[in-house]
Amino acid sequence: MSALATPPRDPRAPLPGPRRTKARDSASSWPLRDRIGLALCWGAGITLTLVAGSVLLYMCFKGITQLRPAMLWTHPSSDVDQSQTGGFLDPIQGTLMLTTIGIAIAVPIGVSVALWLVEYGRPAPLARAVESAVDIIAGSPSVVLALFGLSFFSESFLSWMSFHAEDAAFGRSFMIAGTVMSLIALPLVVGATREALLQVPNHVREASLALGKTKASTIRAVLLPAVRPGIATGTALGMGRIIGDTAIVILLLGNTLTIQPRDGAAPVVGLLQGTGSTLTSYIYGNSPTGEGNAPEKAYAAAFVLLLIVVALNALATRIARGRGKDTAWIR
Amino acid sequence: MSALSSRRRGAPRRPPERAELWLGALAATLLLLIAGMLAFVFKEAWPSFSHNGLAWFGSGGNTGQQLAAIYESPANPDEYVYHLRAWPLLYGTLLSTGLAVLIGLPFALLCSLFMVEFAPPGLKRIMTPVVRFLAAVPSVVYGLIGILVLAPWIDRHLVSASFKLDVNAIVPVSGGGLLLASIILMVMIVPIMIAIISDALRAVPRSWVEGSAALGVNRWRTMWKVSVRTARPAIAAAVVLATARALGEAIMLAMVSGSFIWAPNPLDGLNFFLEPIMPLAATIVGQQEGFSAVPLGQTLYAIAAVLLVSSAILSFAGWAVRQPLRKYAAR
Repeated sequence: MSALATPPRDPRAPLPGPRRTKARDSASSWPLRDRIGLALCWGAGITLTLVAGSVLLYMCFKGITQLRPAMLWTHPSSDVDQSQTGGFLDPIQGTLMLTTIGIAIAVPIGVSVALWLVEYGRPAPLARAVESAVDIIAGSPSVVLALFGLSFFSESFLSWMSFHAEDAAFGRSFMIAGTVMSLIALPLVVGATREALLQVPNHVREASLALGKTKASTIRAVLLPAVRPGIATGTALGMGRIIGDTAIVILLLGNTLTIQPRDGAAPVVGLLQGTGSTLTSYIYGNSPTGEGNAPEKAYAAAFVLLLIVVALNALATRIARGRGKDTAWIR
Repeated sequence: MSALSSRRRGAPRRPPERAELWLGALAATLLLLIAGMLAFVFKEAWPSFSHNGLAWFGSGGNTGQQLAAIYESPANPDEYVYHLRAWPLLYGTLLSTGLAVLIGLPFALLCSLFMVEFAPPGLKRIMTPVVRFLAAVPSVVYGLIGILVLAPWIDRHLVSASFKLDVNAIVPVSGGGLLLASIILMVMIVPIMIAIISDALRAVPRSWVEGSAALGVNRWRTMWKVSVRTARPAIAAAVVLATARALGEAIMLAMVSGSFIWAPNPLDGLNFFLEPIMPLAATIVGQQEGFSAVPLGQTLYAIAAVLLVSSAILSFAGWAVRQPLRKYAAR
């Protein structure tokens, strides 16, 4: 809202009396320096809008011209001839699986940690340490987390999570990539849930306690329903972050074009232990940097990816609307 | 912290409930996991640092060849090669991050002023989604646009053929480089800065702004002298957060920074901006295929440790600059 504007007025209401002066002074009476500042402001704002508009329009244009519906349900394959490389069904499935695994791990843990931080939080030094640990995770680059995962999950006691030979694990699979992905979604879930919990007024808790409920049942029956929109916001933002991340996929998902379940394992387990690709790694692989070098496919996949991410962000905004400040995504 | 923990001095302390113990145990496990991760990264990084000492951060020799030598070092652990002078990587990170933040900050400040105060209502309504959209676009999509659209354009219009020919034997110049990397990095971090700064600008007490207006100060000067000054801690926080984001960006930089380890020479005049760079995070992505060679893996961990320490310092700085914000309840 404009800091100096008059309070909002119903546009259909009759204008107030003739003595009312104009609320906004005209910039033409300002000193030159201030007018330059104002012009720069306009310039910056318009430039930003134009940049966003051109990114959006360009991606839509490229996406609509390059995307064939069949790409959405054909398996990719490697071929010199670009028309024979198929679609990106497997990357889409990979994105879905990875997001599901990451969210399934991040949301319960994130909500529990936020509950503990706000509702219990003692001993206080431990709470502070947990808070800064979550901050460190939020601040550390995803490529560093991926690198950590690469070594950590190759340890022999975790070899059940991926392909493994006698002595060494491969250290790359859906389960592993999803686990590391949950780390990048975790701070968003913790942050959004915490903000929502802090906004629940204390008298709500007191009312429940006064009825003789224990703290645990207060949390279950009163607080969790109250913060559900906060959790949903954090989840949507976390999903957006997971879907958009590339470094973890490239390092930890094995970078195989199609989904490769582990041989000789039960169906679902084998899938989780197998390798694959996601939309992001498909785009990276098909850009001139990667091996595929098929820009048309990359554009089409990028369009699909952009649609998903923008939809998730719009969803997060919609859930958070009218509930305090919409700044959870900044982390 | 705890919402209802205010008990009278001397009142008997209730024994912790089972829920508290469970949640606390979970939070403590998370803390242990994150602490273990940090310890693991530093342990793995140690050989690289201890072999090179402080010279690790210095310059000397060809860093690309050094990395290749590390990769090809003999299988015998006693003969591992660790020799690395990582200055070009650090320099590339400093240059791209510094340029992006330096150009991005005034731009973001002007945009936030426009968004909060000067934009007409129609534009004001679309500015928030614009900022959200720019923040939501995955980095791999920015990288794709950079390498397929902007890099060829720069190559055609800005790189002079004679310069390209002169340096071709030493360094390939092909559009992707410092200029492109900084510009796209700027587009990626500006939305975060705008969100934080405009949030703080809106939180400036209305009476201060009105007081200034009542003294006959025009709107631009009111914003500049009152609102922006009040929002200074938020501006510092925005810079810190944006720097952390820029440091950790790996995929986009790996795509558009020219894929060549090189320290741009300021004596080359304007061509300085066209020379390729190789930031730290992008190096990890670029070298990850050789991760299975133990010394190279440990060298990559050393790079990751540098990134972790920098982002930890930055998040501490961010915490420190947010303190005055809390005091004035501006956030």
